[in-house]
Amino acid sequence: MIPFQYTRANNIADAVRLIAATSGAKFIAGGTNLLDLMKDNVERPTTLIDISRLPLTSVEETASGGLRIGALVPNSDLAWHPLIEKRYPLLASAILAGASQQLRNMASTGGNLVQRTRCAYFYDTATPCNKREPGSGCSAISGVNRGHAILGASTSCIATHPSDMCVALVALDATVHVTGPNGARAIPFADFHRLAGDTPHIDTNLGPDEIITSIEVPAKGFASNHSYLKIRDRMSYAFALISVAAALELKDGMIQEARLALGGVAHKPWRNPAAEAALRGRPADEASFAGAADLLLRDARPQAHNGFKLDLARRAIIRTLSQAAHGTPQSQSNKTIQ
Amino acid sequence: MSMLNNTAKTYTGTATSRVDGRAKVTGAAKYAGDFNAGGLAYGAVVEATIARGRIAQIDISAARRVPGVIDVITHENRPKVADSDEAWRDDVAPEEGSPFRPLYDDAIKFNQQPIALVVAEEWEIARYAASFVRVDYEKQPFVTDVYRKRDDAIVVEKPDRPRGDAAKAFAAAEVRHEADYFIPTEHHNPMELFATTAMWEAGGPLTVYDKTQGVRNVQQYLCSVFEKKPEEIRVLSPYVGGAFGAGLRPQYQVVLAVMAALKLQRSMRLVLTRQQMYGLGYRPATIERLALGARRDGTLDTITHEAVGVTSQFEEFSRNDTGWSALLYASPNARYEHRVAPLDVPTSCDMRAPGAATGVYALESAMDELAVALKMDPVELRLRCYSDRDQNEDLPYTSKRLRECYREGAAAFGWDKRKVEPRSMRDGKSLVGWGMASGVWEALQMPTAVRIVMTANGHAEVSCAASDIGTGTYTIMAQVAADSLGIPIENVTVHLADSTLPRAPVEGGSWMAASACHAVIATAGEVRKELLRLAKLMKGSPLADAVEEDVTLSDGKLVGRRQTERGVSISDIMRHGALERIEKEKTNEFAEDKAHARNTHSAVFAEVKVDEELGVIRVTRVVSAVAAGRVLNPKTGRSQVMGAVVGGIGMALHEETIYDHGLGRIMNANIAEYHVPVNADIHDIEVIFVDEPDALINPLGIKGLGEIGIVGVAAAVANAVYHATGVRVRDLPITLDKVLAGRQAA
Ligand SMILES: Cc1cc2nc3c(=O)[nH]c(=O)nc-3n(C[C@H](O)[C@H](O)[C@H](O)COP(=O)(O)OP(=O)(O)OC[C@H]3O[C@@H](n4cnc5c(N)ncnc54)[C@H](O)[C@@H]3O)c2cc1C
Ligand code: SF4
Repeated sequence: MIPFQYTRANNIADAVRLIAATSGAKFIAGGTNLLDLMKDNVERPTTLIDISRLPLTSVEETASGGLRIGALVPNSDLAWHPLIEKRYPLLASAILAGASQQLRNMASTGGNLVQRTRCAYFYDTATPCNKREPGSGCSAISGVNRGHAILGASTSCIATHPSDMCVALVALDATVHVTGPNGARAIPFADFHRLAGDTPHIDTNLGPDEIITSIEVPAKGFASNHSYLKIRDRMSYAFALISVAAALELKDGMIQEARLALGGVAHKPWRNPAAEAALRGRPADEASFAGAADLLLRDARPQAHNGFKLDLARRAIIRTLSQAAHGTPQSQSNKTIQ
Repeated sequence: MSMLNNTAKTYTGTATSRVDGRAKVTGAAKYAGDFNAGGLAYGAVVEATIARGRIAQIDISAARRVPGVIDVITHENRPKVADSDEAWRDDVAPEEGSPFRPLYDDAIKFNQQPIALVVAEEWEIARYAASFVRVDYEKQPFVTDVYRKRDDAIVVEKPDRPRGDAAKAFAAAEVRHEADYFIPTEHHNPMELFATTAMWEAGGPLTVYDKTQGVRNVQQYLCSVFEKKPEEIRVLSPYVGGAFGAGLRPQYQVVLAVMAALKLQRSMRLVLTRQQMYGLGYRPATIERLALGARRDGTLDTITHEAVGVTSQFEEFSRNDTGWSALLYASPNARYEHRVAPLDVPTSCDMRAPGAATGVYALESAMDELAVALKMDPVELRLRCYSDRDQNEDLPYTSKRLRECYREGAAAFGWDKRKVEPRSMRDGKSLVGWGMASGVWEALQMPTAVRIVMTANGHAEVSCAASDIGTGTYTIMAQVAADSLGIPIENVTVHLADSTLPRAPVEGGSWMAASACHAVIATAGEVRKELLRLAKLMKGSPLADAVEEDVTLSDGKLVGRRQTERGVSISDIMRHGALERIEKEKTNEFAEDKAHARNTHSAVFAEVKVDEELGVIRVTRVVSAVAAGRVLNPKTGRSQVMGAVVGGIGMALHEETIYDHGLGRIMNANIAEYHVPVNADIHDIEVIFVDEPDALINPLGIKGLGEIGIVGVAAAVANAVYHATGVRVRDLPITLDKVLAGRQAA
């Protein structure tokens, strides 16, 4: 860890001014990701701007019937918030599938979006990594890549985005509200994270001097037919090999609307409108689900060690959609998969 | 038991809460990194980032310039240390080879090797400055993958005369099974990090608080390495937050901390990071090959077990791995051979049930496959091959109740309801599988000395250099002392893990319970003798004509063994003799017995539920029936076995140190990515202690419980996964992708 300055932002304008004025500065919220990366010398901020006391901790109803979630609402509070539990149980479930209770208590909503990949080479400064050191090469492509991407990977980086919460948020059509030197703007969730391309060091479309202030979820919460299924190497406290967020609107057994997103497969939470469109108007049965899975995974390409993810993703999609269709969402406390 | 008295309350054999429990849960218990001294300096280690080569140049100037840095020690400026391999060879070191010497010279022998120690006023400063140490390497080719060295491995264990002709019998066998199994490298990951606090005092001895399983071993090693007299270094380790074998050998941080303390004449603390713990020893990755031949009736004709395990390029570490196969079951032909493959990694080391956890995993998986080939119940197969004699030495056991383990374990598990066919039991979307395996470990005992100071107020202080690594040594010694001195356990204080205390071996191999408790009994016998001598001098003593064998200590009194009403209280005796204290020290003695084999056994039954489509595995039930002689404390003993079962589940499903063999580096050197089971992975665990009286092994009939609990667990789980899915995964850990791949291949 390198020495750094510490300052606390008193309000949003202050935060934006400070970050724009200080080269090499970073915001710190819960610190659960940033501090680990600093200890490993991967992140070397000159200044930490503490935003954890900004008044961004409320969950408020919007005029259009949705909710606006402050960027500093802790992951735990959000998961157990009565409005989220009732109207957006998919989001609550995805949050509870992630990390551990202690981490969720510290982690913030905004920080969860901006958390960095868990690619082991990214964390190990003794190895080449384009994301950490542009142009140095990608160790994972020829190395250990069991956990890496099968969709949208590039020749310079095959890392995945590790968040569970974000998989639910992209499925729910959330919007990210940010504020920068030029004022506030809104970013559709699907556009927030980027594909690695040849700039893997840039994870998101958040401007360097912008702060996330809130996440907005629209009215539609799919509370009756949804499920978040996370497949991992142990029952808790492990990142997803594959995760699936599924949400359906059903009428007489027919799918009116579908949402389907994957985690653990790409540089961003993965969603493909074509797969969802294919489900619309079809019966909520296994054949329809399999068709959507095939569409979603049509362009999937394995790395040397993760070929299993293709088939596993397909099976997991079918299972999650059928959990959603039956109104029997995956429980995150009893880890038995129904 | 003859050596224990017949008081109303006997602690030995009774569930007793840990005497150190309160200190641990309140934080009063201090661990090596918790001790403080005035003027403490802090160390941070710089590690090599290549697997093999030499340091062409190391530049410490920038690190030295960081304000607060006191010194940067490298191989170029280190103080003098011993130069011979013998001087660096600790008690647990392999006999062969040249032990690792930190900061000795410019050679890089493995990734994460320490190459510099930064010492600073604050730990954060040391760690920051460490990032400024610049190194140029001359790299050399390296190998970290055991499969690449399988054919060049060196034979380390092989009996002089194999039993019969295993190969010929295999060729002629009616039913055969032959396969390779693999256990990857595993790291111990004890909760407590390796740490040393060395307290420097002008003119005094250097007092070293170290995380270790053996203070004597560390003390002698340090004296030898730094060419000091025994009285110049004292090593303590009052509490140890788990070690699992990682603390048997002195680790490099103790050398570096002492080196800096002596050089700078300052107290030093060095705590390794979790990542740095992966630069220490580990359970060696092992390739196991089993070939079994049997008759249709399930009797074995032949067993061949060959293994290749990992060691370093500079030391040959191995433990009995293949010998268990030839020992356990009746078979006229048996051959075993253990080889090691030297790789560019640190030396492997002991990890809970070293050798047996791996070797018996392979054996018991192979036995399950043989049972499948024979269409025979796996328990039945083991009963057909049952042996009452150690098959290697052809000796009877002091006791062996493995048959009862099978019976009691199977009954508790409900084994008789098992359907033989794989994939024949279900629970919703999950396939249910039941598997079992046998376990075996050795029952050892070592010379150990104990001192007892008995005071006139009926209190006893019991001291011994042994460590309690969390296993409950403090507690069982207090129990046995209370019983053999006839006082309540509250009146006993146990002092452990100080190199100035009476001699004890390292805490390992499951030998500590038998060794330490018999030392307590032997010393208590001396106290009793002294009390009797004094009692006889008392006027009108009711014990005037008593002889040693006739008396016992009970309820605070020295009494006749048969006539307990004939007695004198301890405090009266001591007051009369005008004694404040009686101090005795004695070493345990065990009768030499070459005519018997000494082993512990177990039968493990496991239930798994495997999601048929997704391959997700849960171990929903484990029953472990253990025959390990007399259990001193069923409460801590049960915890030992439960913890070991959890370890076995981890071995089966989770644990793996993942290398990038192209870089020669470990890629999951942290406990987020190195998976051990979490609570959600653990369901019902039932521990059964099978009654196993043993009048031959030692007076108390103790065998030890530390390792046996893990042996066989991984095989029982693997066998259950097969029974559930019809997929045999032989490479641990059994992750869901391997199960799915097996389904596709089927
Ligand atoms: C061992 C471990 C296991 C984990 N397992 C999981 C898991 O299974 N699933 C999962 O989803 N997550 C998991 N996590 C990740 C965890 O969810 C994230 O670390 C957490 O959400 C980050 O939030 P934070 O507030 O602590 O962020 P910080 O660490 O404070 O910040 C992370 C990044 O976000 C930036 N940032 C924070 N807030 C803002 C803001 N408002 N605007 C702009 N930038 C901002 C910071 O500058 C920094 O770059 C795990 C973490 C650990 C350590
Ligand atoms: S996958 Fe991306 S993060 Fe991982 S080593 Fe390659 S470039 Fe770095």
